[in-house]
Amino acid sequence: MNKKRFTINEDRSLFPEKNAEGKIDIDLSSHKYLKLWQGPQHPGITGNMSLELTVLGDEVMDCETHVGYLHRGFEKLMERRKYIQCFPIVCRVAVPEPDFNEYCFASAMEELAGIEVPEMAQWLRTLVLEMSRLQSYLMWIGGQSGAFGSGIIGQWSIYLRDLVLDRFEELTGGRVYHMYQLPGGVRGLLPDGFKQRMEETLLTIEKFMDDIDKVMFNNAVFKKRSVGMGYIDPSWVNKFGITGPNARAAGIPLDVRKDYPYLKYPELDFDVVVGKDSDIYTRADIRRKDLLLSVDLIRQIFAKMPEKGDIKAKTPNVLHWKVPKGETYSRAECTRGEYGYYMVSDGTEYPRRINVRGPSYTHAVALLEKMIINTNIADVAGLMVSLHTYPPEIER
Amino acid sequence: MKDIIDRIKTKYTISEVVEQRKNLSFVTVSKEQAISIITFLRDIEGFKHLVLLTAADWIENDKFQLTYLLNNPTEKIDLGVRVFISRENASMESAHHLWEQVATYQRELKEMFGIDFPDSPGVDKPFILEGWEDIPPYRRDFDTKQYSEDTYFPRPGRESNDPAEYMKKKLYPNE
Repeated sequence: MNKKRFTINEDRSLFPEKNAEGKIDIDLSSHKYLKLWQGPQHPGITGNMSLELTVLGDEVMDCETHVGYLHRGFEKLMERRKYIQCFPIVCRVAVPEPDFNEYCFASAMEELAGIEVPEMAQWLRTLVLEMSRLQSYLMWIGGQSGAFGSGIIGQWSIYLRDLVLDRFEELTGGRVYHMYQLPGGVRGLLPDGFKQRMEETLLTIEKFMDDIDKVMFNNAVFKKRSVGMGYIDPSWVNKFGITGPNARAAGIPLDVRKDYPYLKYPELDFDVVVGKDSDIYTRADIRRKDLLLSVDLIRQIFAKMPEKGDIKAKTPNVLHWKVPKGETYSRAECTRGEYGYYMVSDGTEYPRRINVRGPSYTHAVALLEKMIINTNIADVAGLMVSLHTYPPEIER
Repeated sequence: MKDIIDRIKTKYTISEVVEQRKNLSFVTVSKEQAISIITFLRDIEGFKHLVLLTAADWIENDKFQLTYLLNNPTEKIDLGVRVFISRENASMESAHHLWEQVATYQRELKEMFGIDFPDSPGVDKPFILEGWEDIPPYRRDFDTKQYSEDTYFPRPGRESNDPAEYMKKKLYPNE
């Protein structure tokens, strides 16, 4: 496979020269340039944010990210809610990955209150987080392939995501938002026959991933459009705050599950998936391997978790719970990187300040605005999805 | 972590140290020394990753708390650098030259808390809110309920409950 870095319009003589800051002076009245808005109605999974593109021909010369189409003021709302009332709010910060929000919020609260979560609850939380990862990746496959013209793959993967959501419905009663994790533990044990039904779902997903290998990763169109495209230099990782698969594809093994072990991850056997070419194809490949790793981890969890046990630690009455004064930061590895909650308590029944650290905050604004320059407009959507961004995290 | 804090203390003044857990501590520093300390931590102590930059409003003390949460990916430790600044004409030196994403954080803080970061690129441009004319909405004195009552027309026939009272009635009817 040709690993040459992808460039378009190699003859630069028709393009304006860059100024001292490395940018070009855009004069819209010259009629050479066109302002083009991508979004916020873009049907891909990166919807609800828009990119103000300045294009010359079909090449992007300048880009500005616009967010705010989905701002619901979660962080402010939480300051006016008791801690327990925040649980229906936090899960809505990232639609496809509500469980990471629940976990980070609950664990920050438990740390401040000095509550030890029972072992069984820890296993169930680990399970729910991995199931959440699985369905989020399945949704991403649809977005990535759709952005490069293979819409049918999205239909398959959304069907499989629905199978995972069926399991979520059995376990938690909710499909998209679960509110399964509570301070001190979780809401319930596994229903009868859950493991077997989950295993059937996992087998279906594995079979699907074989198909994905053929129709997506060995597809000439997908390869031509993704290999060498959207390069992230490893030196940008700290400079831009890149985490998760976007950093791992650049060869930097960042994974909160390994680096800052939480829940039952230290008892599970897995290696961090790392790539080296750091292009769209490598990032897609990392996510595919991560998805299969989740399948493996769910099996390991089932094999190692006890059948029964306490699922909730004793806590004060949640309506009158005064969390001790202090501040902390709790993190977890979601599909896009480091997810974290910074919680400040003033010792009252209401949080003083909650700040959600979503990986998209860094990936979708500063990084995307840099990467998108000199990209063909047809590749913009594919590039956005390859960073796996969710706008609601930017404008919590 | 203690060694790092001791090394900072040899060069700068730290007014408070809180060890939250083994790999997470918070230090409170002065507004004047903050950016210098953060630069020292990034360049000398290996805190190369900025996890987040955020603010908390301590309206009763007339202060904003800015928290720069730094991470050392090699040692796998976090250090939160806290700076208290006055709420009146709140302003802080910009750190956009240290990490690329800081300009976005500062733009948000300007909009949501009204904290100014002079010289930060695009800090005055609206980020999330458009055409906002009220006080910055994440300040404690901004009344969300009043705002929504004033802004949005109440729908007739809609019952509204105080969430805390409603849940209490549901869960503990006899209390």
